[in-house]
Amino acid sequence: MTLEYAPAPESRDVVRIEGSYGLFIGGEFVPPLSGGSLRTVNPATEETLAEVSAAGPDDVARAVAAARAAYEGPWGRMRGGERAKFLFRIARLLQERSRELAVLESLDNGKPIRESRDVDVPLAAAHFFYHAGWADKLEHAGFGPSPRPLGVAAQVIPWNFPLLMAAWKLAPALAAGNTCVLKPAETTPLTALLLAEVCQQADLPPGVVNILTGAGDTGAALVSHPGVDKVAFTGSTDVGKEIQRAVSGSGKRLSLELGGKAANIVFEDAPIDQAVEGIVDGIFFNQGHVCCAGSRLLAQESIVDPLVERLRRRLATLRLGDPLDKNTDIGAINSRVQLDKIRHLADSGDEEGAVRWSPPVTLPERGYWFPPTVFTNVSQSHRIAREEIFGPVLTVLSFRTPAEAVAKANNTPYGLSAGIWTEKGSRILWMAEQLEAGVVWANTYNRFDPASPFGGYQESGFGREGGRHGLAAYLDV
Amino acid sequence: MVSPRTSTSESHPASRLEVRKTYKLFIGGAFPRSESGRSYPVLAPDGRLLANAARASRKDVRDAVVAGRAAVARWKAATAYNKGQVLYRVAEMLEGHGDQLAREVAEAEASTIRAARRAVAATVDRLVWYAGWADKFAQVAGSANPVAGPFFNFSLPEPTGVVGVLAPRASSLLGLVSVLAPPVVTGNTVVVLAGEERPLPAVTLAEVIATADVPAGVVNILTGRSAELAPVLAAHMDVNAIDLSGAEQPDRAELNRLAAGNVKRVFASDDDWTAPPTLARLRAFVETKTVWHTVGC
Repeated sequence: MTLEYAPAPESRDVVRIEGSYGLFIGGEFVPPLSGGSLRTVNPATEETLAEVSAAGPDDVARAVAAARAAYEGPWGRMRGGERAKFLFRIARLLQERSRELAVLESLDNGKPIRESRDVDVPLAAAHFFYHAGWADKLEHAGFGPSPRPLGVAAQVIPWNFPLLMAAWKLAPALAAGNTCVLKPAETTPLTALLLAEVCQQADLPPGVVNILTGAGDTGAALVSHPGVDKVAFTGSTDVGKEIQRAVSGSGKRLSLELGGKAANIVFEDAPIDQAVEGIVDGIFFNQGHVCCAGSRLLAQESIVDPLVERLRRRLATLRLGDPLDKNTDIGAINSRVQLDKIRHLADSGDEEGAVRWSPPVTLPERGYWFPPTVFTNVSQSHRIAREEIFGPVLTVLSFRTPAEAVAKANNTPYGLSAGIWTEKGSRILWMAEQLEAGVVWANTYNRFDPASPFGGYQESGFGREGGRHGLAAYLDV
Repeated sequence: MVSPRTSTSESHPASRLEVRKTYKLFIGGAFPRSESGRSYPVLAPDGRLLANAARASRKDVRDAVVAGRAAVARWKAATAYNKGQVLYRVAEMLEGHGDQLAREVAEAEASTIRAARRAVAATVDRLVWYAGWADKFAQVAGSANPVAGPFFNFSLPEPTGVVGVLAPRASSLLGLVSVLAPPVVTGNTVVVLAGEERPLPAVTLAEVIATADVPAGVVNILTGRSAELAPVLAAHMDVNAIDLSGAEQPDRAELNRLAAGNVKRVFASDDDWTAPPTLARLRAFVETKTVWHTVGC
């Protein structure tokens, strides 16, 4: 007998979506000079949510000028303690409007309301709250007696955690005394625009935060603008390399948070039930649209079969569907483009001889969906074991010794994150030492905190976000 | 040993023919000539021939990177105390070679022997300063992070791996050691391109390093043409970071572009080498690793 859940949808009424949005420049919403626009759709239904402006080069120039004026004006002159209070205000406003933000995020991005409500929005508020306190304590951050801000920061963020990535970028930049021009992703602009409204409600001086919606060409124009002092980018490694080339020789400071292909390593002595939860959190959280996703399961040979069996049983209980339903575990894939990419890479797994498995699941007829998928019989040379899929697709590999686990985990040009599951403390510390990854989770996975530095080794980028270390990306040190 | 083609040493009778030194590359702890068989004349500022230096090829760069990569695991795993002692040992050896280096620096930079001796002394002192950081930097650059949950969370600096270093062209010894020591003391291995016009002190430094307990491959030093070698090092896919301080300002943009091929960490600064150093170079070639562990009983 199958027990069906009754639908438990979160109400959409809490959020009001405008028909169209301007650009947020100098504290106001203004129509774009170029007049271009983009549609943003609900990936779970393919309904159009709103039209947003596509900023052109003139709009970029206007936003950078507004940010410069604020930097040389009120924001640059303001004492750190006053800056701090603005950031505390924003943190509080995000908490006050949290449900509205969570619903809007799930509508625009496709992620389950359980995640937008319990992870994205609270962490975004926490990032502002944490960094607010740094604004008047920078001389104690370990970068000398009077570290200076850089100036105008150009910040380009991805679609996987739209509001949270905006907070990761804006909060440390503002705490350090910079002003910002932020470009949200083409497919997920709405929570950033609501954040602009929050900045208005906080009475943040005009020009301190500017938000330019648009596609890749807007981002390219922004990072290349000569009036920008600092470029921060989160996104794919390919685009990150283009940006590194584009800013070469410009004197702009750069931080990059790029792709990953993390190993989640399970030893035979691991607490298996927790490990299964950690594997699920690692790769199926946010539909696998996570740069630090644990996309390669490395299981010790003696436990591969029982572990995969338990994992399959657990995956059969996951609920895929309406992102606004409070019982939903797996939401929609963010866009048609991303869905095609996931399908293409998963198909390559079939072609290269891996064995695909998904739990029985009915995909909604409209919208972009991909079932939770596990590939076994995978070798390291397979594309699905090497390339970032950025979707709910797990590849399973095995190892015999800790040294082999390390060699396989490090066999990638990426180096963002890794997971270790074992009850042996000394092994955890040894593994943590050996893994070439910026974040190592031991007996847990996909944990984030504003006090915890996040960022990669190698082609996963450079610079850190969060913690004392993250301040360095926005200070002249 | 005496630097060639200069006055014969006073300690020998005029009848004795001086034994000159062959200036070679330093790769993986050995002193090969360039695999290309090439050399180039190194001239004093007044045009006198000082020596023929090996003119490294692109293949030599790749060989040096292979040697550097092979040495990463061992050097990274060495205890901080050990790294500090090894660097300090280099300072000891350097002190002993002071006269020779001062002569070479004086000739290379057309400075007085007094000024060159001061440069050598400053170089030794700089090494001692950096050696002392080996077992302190992680304490200053690391942190325990108070996250909102039942986790112990800490961050530590780790070496980024193999670092390419374009050594300063003007300051042939003090500048060289000022860019070489920080990535090494933080646990990286280095492939150094010595300043093209003044490479001889770098070769002697390699001889000092070879006798100072520095594991083979941790420091590799090449001499040759910057225009030929720097782009190879900047573009190399198995180099993690590059210090462009020795590149001319107009060349840095292109080298930076090449470095983007594997998202290299790029550092460049125009330091006054006689000024006290900051932590900037120590920070430039480390990764911050953050480890989370659950707390429970």
